[in-house]
Amino acid sequence: MSQDISRGAAGGSLGRLARRPESGAFLGLVVVYIIFAVLGGKVFLGAPGWSSWLNMAAEVGIIALPVGLLMIAGELDISVGSVLPASSLTVAILSGHYDLPLWIGVAGGLGVGLAVGLVNGLLVTRTTIPSLIITIGTMFAVMGLTLGLTILIAGSTGVFVVPDALTKSVFGAAFGGMFQIGILWWAGFVLIVLALLHVSPWGNWVFAIGGDRDSARNAGIPVARVTIQLYMMSGFAAAFVGVTQVVTFGSAQVAAGSSFIFNSIMCVVIGGVSLTGGAGSVIGILFGTMTFCIVNQGIFYSGLDPNVGSIIIGALLLLAVLSNDKFRAIALSYAAKKK
Amino acid sequence: MSVLSAFLRRPAAGSIVSLIAVVGFYILFGGVNVVTLFGAASWLNFAANLGIIAIPVGILMIAGEMDISIGAMIPAGSMVTAIISGYYGLPIWVAILAVVGVGVLVGLVNGLLTVNTTVPSLIVTLGTLVALQGIVLSVSVFLTDSVSVALEAPPWAKLAFGQLIGGSHQVIILWWLGLTLVFAAFLHLSPIGNWVFAMGGDKVSARNAGIPTRKLTIGLFMVSAIAAAFVGMCQTIQFNSAQVSGGMGYIFNAIVSVVVGGVLLTGGFGSVFGIFFGTLTFAIVSQGIYFTQIDRNWSNLIIGVTLLIAVGMNESFRKLAMTAIRKKGTK
Amino acid sequence: MEMVHTAPVLELQSVDKSFGPIDVLHGISLKVHAGEVLCLLGDNGAGKSTLIKTLAGVHQPTRGKILMDGAEVSFATPRDAAERGIATVHQFGGTFPLMSIGRSFFVGVEPTKGWGPFRIFDRKKANDIAVKAVRDFGITRIDDGDRLVGGLSGGERQSLAIARAVHFGARVLILDEPTAALGVKQAAHVLRIINEAKRRGLAVIFITHQVMHAMAVGDHFAVLIRGAIAADFRRGEKTREEITDLMAGGETMADLEASIDAQERRHA
Repeated sequence: MSQDISRGAAGGSLGRLARRPESGAFLGLVVVYIIFAVLGGKVFLGAPGWSSWLNMAAEVGIIALPVGLLMIAGELDISVGSVLPASSLTVAILSGHYDLPLWIGVAGGLGVGLAVGLVNGLLVTRTTIPSLIITIGTMFAVMGLTLGLTILIAGSTGVFVVPDALTKSVFGAAFGGMFQIGILWWAGFVLIVLALLHVSPWGNWVFAIGGDRDSARNAGIPVARVTIQLYMMSGFAAAFVGVTQVVTFGSAQVAAGSSFIFNSIMCVVIGGVSLTGGAGSVIGILFGTMTFCIVNQGIFYSGLDPNVGSIIIGALLLLAVLSNDKFRAIALSYAAKKK
Repeated sequence: MSVLSAFLRRPAAGSIVSLIAVVGFYILFGGVNVVTLFGAASWLNFAANLGIIAIPVGILMIAGEMDISIGAMIPAGSMVTAIISGYYGLPIWVAILAVVGVGVLVGLVNGLLTVNTTVPSLIVTLGTLVALQGIVLSVSVFLTDSVSVALEAPPWAKLAFGQLIGGSHQVIILWWLGLTLVFAAFLHLSPIGNWVFAMGGDKVSARNAGIPTRKLTIGLFMVSAIAAAFVGMCQTIQFNSAQVSGGMGYIFNAIVSVVVGGVLLTGGFGSVFGIFFGTLTFAIVSQGIYFTQIDRNWSNLIIGVTLLIAVGMNESFRKLAMTAIRKKGTK
Repeated sequence: MEMVHTAPVLELQSVDKSFGPIDVLHGISLKVHAGEVLCLLGDNGAGKSTLIKTLAGVHQPTRGKILMDGAEVSFATPRDAAERGIATVHQFGGTFPLMSIGRSFFVGVEPTKGWGPFRIFDRKKANDIAVKAVRDFGITRIDDGDRLVGGLSGGERQSLAIARAVHFGARVLILDEPTAALGVKQAAHVLRIINEAKRRGLAVIFITHQVMHAMAVGDHFAVLIRGAIAADFRRGEKTREEITDLMAGGETMADLEASIDAQERRHA
């Protein structure tokens, strides 16, 4: 709602730009890129540098998109960290251990993600338990199921699969030996989610749910259905990254993916989405993801102690939330005056 | 009012039921030998390390806040101890003071950021978590050129913080039991404890009632940071060396223990004994599984299911507590 | 002319309140005496909540004076107003549904026993006082101070909050729509409590949009429309129908139009 007001406001275009949720994220991206361009020099600016952060951004970015949508709707999803290895292992067990065609394995892996998302969504909408707790619960449960079943079926914590050429080229190809095809998938997902959130009425529902769940329900929005859809999207996205990983590397490990939990949240928050719900944008999440990955990978080209990267990310995160706090205060005060 | 329904209205009820259910499950389906299980130190040691952190995190949650930076405070406390007393050879009490000092500092940062902005403390402490991880690692590399520092603590420090009692039980168990009582007295007996509940129930009303909500929030963040640093310090003294890795697992483990213990994530409700039993439940599930015939790989599944059932149970017990009078008063 | 010769406990003199360019209250003058119920009537958006917040120290008047016992006062914070004996009870009464009756009653002023660092919350004393305070107001169903506030009915919660305010020395009780969310029986409950507070010599400001409830307990009535007092009269001077018409704005259509014009000019 406040978005519409600020969009319709007749303020200067610069002021209007500053009030957009992603402007802070864009500023952060530019500053960070310049800093690492100075420190990292030619290698960072060239193809190796770009490929290293883009490859990372593609993986975490695909997950950050739906996680960001969930946060706009006022919910969290911790379980993405265990859905990813669950999906990889499903692919590896079905197509590696049992030698079924790879498309069955891929379908199985993605199905696992959708199923976990469905369970999360049902639990969140049918109970009064906060989604943080529910998805921590499903995270542990999926982690345990993955480990238990993998040992039971395959007898080890790592399972191999040899992807066929077609699948490999769809999910695991690399251009120029370094740019992974995941980057294209990520770009595709960004466009789809962009259309969903900012063009379709469904996107407006997501904002409304995050702004005020009860009012949204009273306005006739199918809150439960949208919430379940969002969780299925995040489950699917995590499973998708799991599929690309297993196809790329030819093996799946039980203990993978936990880093995606906080990383995806950090990308989203740096991208200007507030956890309190109701505000955010896909472009912001995109910028946030890029910023996060530039710091994360750029640090290796900078000559600094790699651990300094974490400090920068922590500081960026705090800076992002603080500036968003300010931006929102400005936007709201402007809207109030306008009335 | 029957004794049973009086029991079920307590915040700790869900966690005690969960604990009994989990032990019962292991006895019935895991063929566990009760004597061996209760004699074993592993789950108690595990519970003590986790419990010292879970209680202040839980109190923060009752106050309506969240602290996940504890995941980096454990290695921070560990490294501070080892660098000061191990690498530089200063007396151990200097290290202890420094550990407390670091806790105060991090708690202050978390607290100030939380009370001065509208940003949820989950996000604030996610930021300090990541930043602190980087600081701990880079400072220790910068100072000692390594991420693993040895420490030989003097006997008295060893006795107080890192002794094995009877060869297997860590002395930190005694700290845990003692701190549980101290925290319980703070939360349930002291007037300030009442402020914590009021703050978690409704921050604005609490402030209008004259409660110094800002100071109290900052203070609680300091306590949780110190508690986590203390555990890190004890581990370093116990094992004679500090490791910077580790600690992240405590974030979710502590939250699970607290929530199984009947604390309401959104604040205003909970008890220290509930957290205590929640921690015990968690420890028995994850460590007790080694004493069963159940494959230990399933332990996370059991944790997840226990969490969801326990929280569901807590929700319905709380509703029971809210409707208690209405049911009784049949006009 | 003055019907009561003591100074009113609380008085507003030509109070205006604006937020930036928006004028929310204009020229509000009100008086409330000890042992008197002033009913503030008005439809949603009439400025009732801004007026309450101004009385309670949340907002400061842009112009005009607030007087207590005839002397001018200013409230920088809600705490200032509370210390002067102005207590606000909101629609849902107790704001700590998950706390026990005894604990929520004493939030911020906990009774203790013991000494020094070993002073502990005196649960028994808190429970006894809290239970007695509500029972004195006629709520006899409450007998256990350990019960959660959330377990009380809406009317009982209001009563608890009023009893609490009175216990802590409130002289002016501001009741913000206490009966709005209640059924007939529960509302009657709260109205009885208001009468009891009045009998005890409190000055009560009862905000409502239910004319029936106002007429049941009010001594003095003020109708708020578009941030201004549209009518000010005493008990028995107007019928229920007349009051309802007033609230709908019948007699002040001209004012309303003027106000609309003024707003349109501002936005043009």
